[in-house]
Amino acid sequence: MNPLKKIILLTITITFLGCDDKENDTIDPVASIGTITVDFNHYWGNEKVTSADFNITTFTNENNDIQTISKLKYLISNLTLHKANGESLKLNDYYLVDLAGLNSNTSITVSDVPVGNYSSVSFTFGFNEADNVEGAYLDLNSASWDWPTMLGGGYHFMQFEGKYGATGTENPYAYHMGTARVSTDVFEQNFFDVSINGFIMGEETSAEIKMDISEWFKNTYTWDLSLYDSPLMTNYDAQLLMNQNGQTVFSLGEIN
Amino acid sequence: MLKRIKIISLIFIFSSCNDTGIETYTTYSPTPLPLNIPQIFAENILPPINSIDNPQTEEGVLLGRELFFDTILSADDSQSCATCHSPENAFTDTDRFSDGIDGIVGNRNAMPLFNMAWNYDNNFFWDGRSFGLEEQALEPVIDPIEMHNTWSSAVLSLQNDLEYPQLFFDAFGTSTIDSVLVTKAISQFERTLISSNSRFDKHLLGEITLTPSELNGFNVFMDETKGDCFHCHGSQNNPLWTDNNFHNNGLDTTFLDLGLGKITGDPNDNGKFKSPSLRNLKFTAPFMHDGRFSTLDDVINHYSEGLVNSPTIDPLMKSVNDGGVQLSAADKIDLKAFLYSLSDDEFINNPNFQSPN
Repeated sequence: MNPLKKIILLTITITFLGCDDKENDTIDPVASIGTITVDFNHYWGNEKVTSADFNITTFTNENNDIQTISKLKYLISNLTLHKANGESLKLNDYYLVDLAGLNSNTSITVSDVPVGNYSSVSFTFGFNEADNVEGAYLDLNSASWDWPTMLGGGYHFMQFEGKYGATGTENPYAYHMGTARVSTDVFEQNFFDVSINGFIMGEETSAEIKMDISEWFKNTYTWDLSLYDSPLMTNYDAQLLMNQNGQTVFSLGEIN
Repeated sequence: MLKRIKIISLIFIFSSCNDTGIETYTTYSPTPLPLNIPQIFAENILPPINSIDNPQTEEGVLLGRELFFDTILSADDSQSCATCHSPENAFTDTDRFSDGIDGIVGNRNAMPLFNMAWNYDNNFFWDGRSFGLEEQALEPVIDPIEMHNTWSSAVLSLQNDLEYPQLFFDAFGTSTIDSVLVTKAISQFERTLISSNSRFDKHLLGEITLTPSELNGFNVFMDETKGDCFHCHGSQNNPLWTDNNFHNNGLDTTFLDLGLGKITGDPNDNGKFKSPSLRNLKFTAPFMHDGRFSTLDDVINHYSEGLVNSPTIDPLMKSVNDGGVQLSAADKIDLKAFLYSLSDDEFINNPNFQSPN
């Protein structure tokens, strides 16, 4: 290549690099950082569920029980983006997702995230053993989110409540998950790690993490609310079944 | 920094006023008085909510205390805040429904007052209708079944008083009184009403040992298969002993009083009332938003055998179809012993919280 051509090519490259910042969405693998918003959205199958559905909308679970939802609140921790080359970037330590009306918390925004291609997203449902330290998080204590010492202590992973059965004779359920008690003073870790597909991160990216609520009742155990409604915190079998069914509830949704 | 500039500006303005005639007033220099955060709170829960435009000062708290205990705010000079919010009852009274100045009773039990700066959602009253203490304090003065006054009349009484204008100047840098400053001062005093010295607090700090009955009662409280009280009423990690949230706890099948539902307009909120703190139950009977239970035994029996169903009942009332959680007689006794260990004699006897006169 003659020197002139080289200069022209370089100029063109520089020109287009310059354009990248302003006009198009192609990823500059070298420089840029962006802002990511991770939205936790909730579905029953394909139907979106919001707090507007609380108490009113009925859902039919895999066991053919009709149920309503009045609370869906859960803890995730160590939300992390991974690259194919093994690099990773932790977006936050922990977050209490709450699908409530006025005080809902369903979205995490982090700036200064390098743009690029992330091969997967991971987080822990609940706290892992090292993080699940009783009383350690003042905000979670203030939110009355602790898990009783007699059940191993630490924190709730989820509080998911509502009613099931025919109108007029409904029974409440309280699908509360946390450390499992095997027997008095013998406990078993009950968190699970979630890994879902990655995405291409641009300068302003919103990534949806979907929870299919129906999966809690479906896969692999067909949940029978008449057996497992409440109390469940003290029920070792129920705790393990929650863990088992929780493995498939999350997936990557829309990227914008 | 901004606060400092504001204060300096106020001093400057009032220094100017001095030149133009108001000579009795010295400079406005209130002494900051941050809340004294108990160790048990600092170690376990988030810091208190500070009102951005109503910083705590010695002068503000002193004025608030004067106002809280002064009948001058009521239309006929017969009732103060303390009439229904008496220190010896952890700032409630012993009536099911308190009498207003005209002898008319309402339909709610007066709420006890303590640890209100830790009400993180900042919703006050049984139905949460007031946002912030200052807004809350606007109501009783003009409520026709409480002090039945008007704010213009109450402010006029204060303005014509020999001492109040100076106290307002000391607290707020102006001797021109209005309802906003009155409620700011009262709120400052109320935020100092901190209760953190119960037997259970001392147990958590390692200072005393609880009785076996109290300790078993705590286990009943924390056990999802027994009392299951902790989901709404705190724990050793949330020593407020309330979630400050709203629940239907199975009192009625239909609602004469809609509670939160009347405020939000959402029928799904009907029959929901704020969880009260379990601190100081020794002093605060009767219980529930309508004071229907005269003893703590009645309350425990309600959750044990007395629950009734309704469309908005909280799912945490899991045994509603059995009438309740069916505690044994022994567990009831222990639960009561534990609940009383949350009562704080030092709080009700604190000299700073008594009538100044």
